[in-house]
Amino acid sequence: MQEHFEPLVLGFTCNWCSYRAADMAGTGRMKYPPNIRLVRLMCSGRLDPTFIMKALAEGADGVLITGCHPGECHYIEQNYKALRRVSLLKRVLQPMGIEPGRIKLVWASAAEGMHLTKAITEFVDEIRALGPLNWPARTQIPISAKPVRQLEELPG
Amino acid sequence: MTNSNGKEGDHRVGVYVCHCGSNIAGVVNVYEVAKWAQENLGAQGVVVAKEYKFMCSSLGQKLIEEDIQKEKLDRVVVAACSPHLHEKTFRGAVARAGLNPYLCEMASVREQVSWVTSDQTAATEKAKAMVAGAVARVRQHEPLESIHVPINSSTLVVGGGIAGIQASLEIANSGFHVYLVEREPSIGGHMAQFDKTFPTLDCAACILTPRMSEAGMHPNIELLTWSEIENVEGYLGNYTVTVRKKARYVDTSLCTGCGICQQKCPKKVIDDQFEVGLGYRKAIYTPFEQAVPKFPVLDKDNCIFFKKGTCRACEKFCAPGAIKLDDKDEAITLNVGNVILATGYDMFDARRIPRYGYGTLPNVFTSLEFERMCNAAGPTNGAIVLRDGKTPPKSVGIIHCVGSRDHKYNTYCSSICCMQSLKFAHLVKERTGADVYNFYIDMRTAAKDYDEFYQKVLEEGTNLIRGKVAEVIDGGLFDEKAGQLIIQVEDTLIGKQRRIPVDMVILAIGLEPKRDAGNVAHQFGISRGANGWFTEKHPKLDPVATMTDGIFIAGCAAGPKDIPASVSQGSAAAARVVSYIQQKELSLEPVRAYINAEQCSGCRICNGLCPFHAISFDEVKMVSEVHQALCQGCGTCVAACPAGAVTGSGFTNQQVLAQIEGLLSVPIYPEILQPVAA
Repeated sequence: MQEHFEPLVLGFTCNWCSYRAADMAGTGRMKYPPNIRLVRLMCSGRLDPTFIMKALAEGADGVLITGCHPGECHYIEQNYKALRRVSLLKRVLQPMGIEPGRIKLVWASAAEGMHLTKAITEFVDEIRALGPLNWPARTQIPISAKPVRQLEELPG
Repeated sequence: MTNSNGKEGDHRVGVYVCHCGSNIAGVVNVYEVAKWAQENLGAQGVVVAKEYKFMCSSLGQKLIEEDIQKEKLDRVVVAACSPHLHEKTFRGAVARAGLNPYLCEMASVREQVSWVTSDQTAATEKAKAMVAGAVARVRQHEPLESIHVPINSSTLVVGGGIAGIQASLEIANSGFHVYLVEREPSIGGHMAQFDKTFPTLDCAACILTPRMSEAGMHPNIELLTWSEIENVEGYLGNYTVTVRKKARYVDTSLCTGCGICQQKCPKKVIDDQFEVGLGYRKAIYTPFEQAVPKFPVLDKDNCIFFKKGTCRACEKFCAPGAIKLDDKDEAITLNVGNVILATGYDMFDARRIPRYGYGTLPNVFTSLEFERMCNAAGPTNGAIVLRDGKTPPKSVGIIHCVGSRDHKYNTYCSSICCMQSLKFAHLVKERTGADVYNFYIDMRTAAKDYDEFYQKVLEEGTNLIRGKVAEVIDGGLFDEKAGQLIIQVEDTLIGKQRRIPVDMVILAIGLEPKRDAGNVAHQFGISRGANGWFTEKHPKLDPVATMTDGIFIAGCAAGPKDIPASVSQGSAAAARVVSYIQQKELSLEPVRAYINAEQCSGCRICNGLCPFHAISFDEVKMVSEVHQALCQGCGTCVAACPAGAVTGSGFTNQQVLAQIEGLLSVPIYPEILQPVAA
């Protein structure tokens, strides 16, 4: 019998909509799979594509990006930038053998705890169906390794 | 990057896991998480890891403060609720112990783990991962200082209904300047259209107009009626708002408000705004007698002069020569510290429910039409008559919840219609003696003296029928006479279908967000809920603030409300604004972008990305710079800079990348999860 696979999923949330949707999911005691772990950013526009690469390199089987609905961004229109970056990154990653389905962008307003819960549950199911990523990087790069950019030289 | 606390390895981190009573501890094994952190995160600098019943209690905070001093901690992680709830609390505790408050990080193991996970082992493992992520992140934190901004003492109030008037008066009476912007020619809002107000039945105009004139004459209130908000820029304490004063074609510095122009104007127009189509106004008009300001506006689309080039009757008769036919729209710029949005509501369009016959059956009225009809200053001088303008009805049906509490239209309760419908029942009885039938789903009369009013209306002999009306049809379709209306309803209290003939039907139409509420929300950078109403910062504890600091909401803009609630909200929003003004200066979260000039290549990619125009290009140094007060801290420029020259304090690359590492350092154990059926 084949070993049962449970995906590890990293989620990015924006401080104003989707993180609050996650708060609302909690307050409403809505249940979703424990496979996801969330990172809070101020805005989905803050999402550096490096973060997604880093997550996949560190062992995530999928990355869920969430933000305010188009037109409802707390910072006016920065979620559109996230939309463009994510679309582009998917295309860049495909030739590297990473299925576009491992990266997903979902909009969730602060009032949509149920919507976010469903989106997380669906995404975990989708990644489970895709199977483990097994990116070689995860076994070769030690956890303390520095990311692509020489970040320690940067200010602040 | 240099670290104020020496090398990375030198950090001393304290981890505190909260039980939150049984909210967290009931699902997450908090003892195991604390023990695990102590034993496994030593290499990450964790020197203390403790659990406690309520970390946010004063004893819990004391525990952290004591440990910071005793154990010489320089970083703190609190695994408890959402940072939106208690981040301030724990930052305060950390600061009291002498540490920079931004060296504290929270892991939301309640909202993101215990409340959303069924499996206890899986929850405990996820909590460990979140603690690991927070520890890794907090190691990268640096001390930050909050940014101080001065507060401009002027306030912008948008919307001159009762909520906006109340807010303006409160602020003006506190001695601060208010700009009250209203889109219509006069302030007063919907309340000015009403006749009597429930439950006391005092006349709306009698209680509203003194407030209107007080606002109009107040030295601290500048009225900008017939005006629209064009553009909003800035941030808390320092907003720059462009207002377009629409051409009035009347010079307000000369006009005395005598009204001769309205008398002489030969063009009659159906007034579909104030009189909701029941009455007429002239092409130059004030919407009602007691309008504030008293200056009329000229409706260019209907004016004979603007159509044919001749007439000028108003100009000829205006003694002070105030008619200005070459008037133009004017853009004016206001500098304000805070904004109160009291933009109100629109009425549900009854035509959307064709089976109730509004628009096809003449004697079906909306509640707003009926308000105008009852009003002594209205189109019928207060006589309750059928659409023919003379016949009083012998029986009237009042249908509650039209467009409200209905999955096809709006699911929410419009909150005012039950009381309004009961008020109508009373007025019809009092003035015509007609039989009255009220059709309701549930009777909602929950406020002071409201239920007493309901009992009084019952005693007056109003027929209350519990059931949702199926349709309103013309009696001519049956054996009844044509023109008679038949209300088809299931009376759910007796379990029978009933067909009730009436002369007049009043539809208690619900309240909806303003048609352009989305634009307003976008202009002012606030959010709207699923139903389109503006979202409060907290629905219970902060009902007049929004997520955007310095932007407040009052009245029906945030959801249906009656007059007392709208007035309370106006006062509440004013109190919040005055407290900001009194502080003179406020501190803001130091989440901002900074550009390292040495690394900046001057490519200007970031310049166009910033929606707040906070990044400018220094032509001399050939580098981009961030204006700290304009930057809102979204971090888009940080992610975009190809040279890595932009840093987002509070959310630096190092912090986020470290958190990702930490979160993913605890593996998923498939055996602890329920296998899914193949």
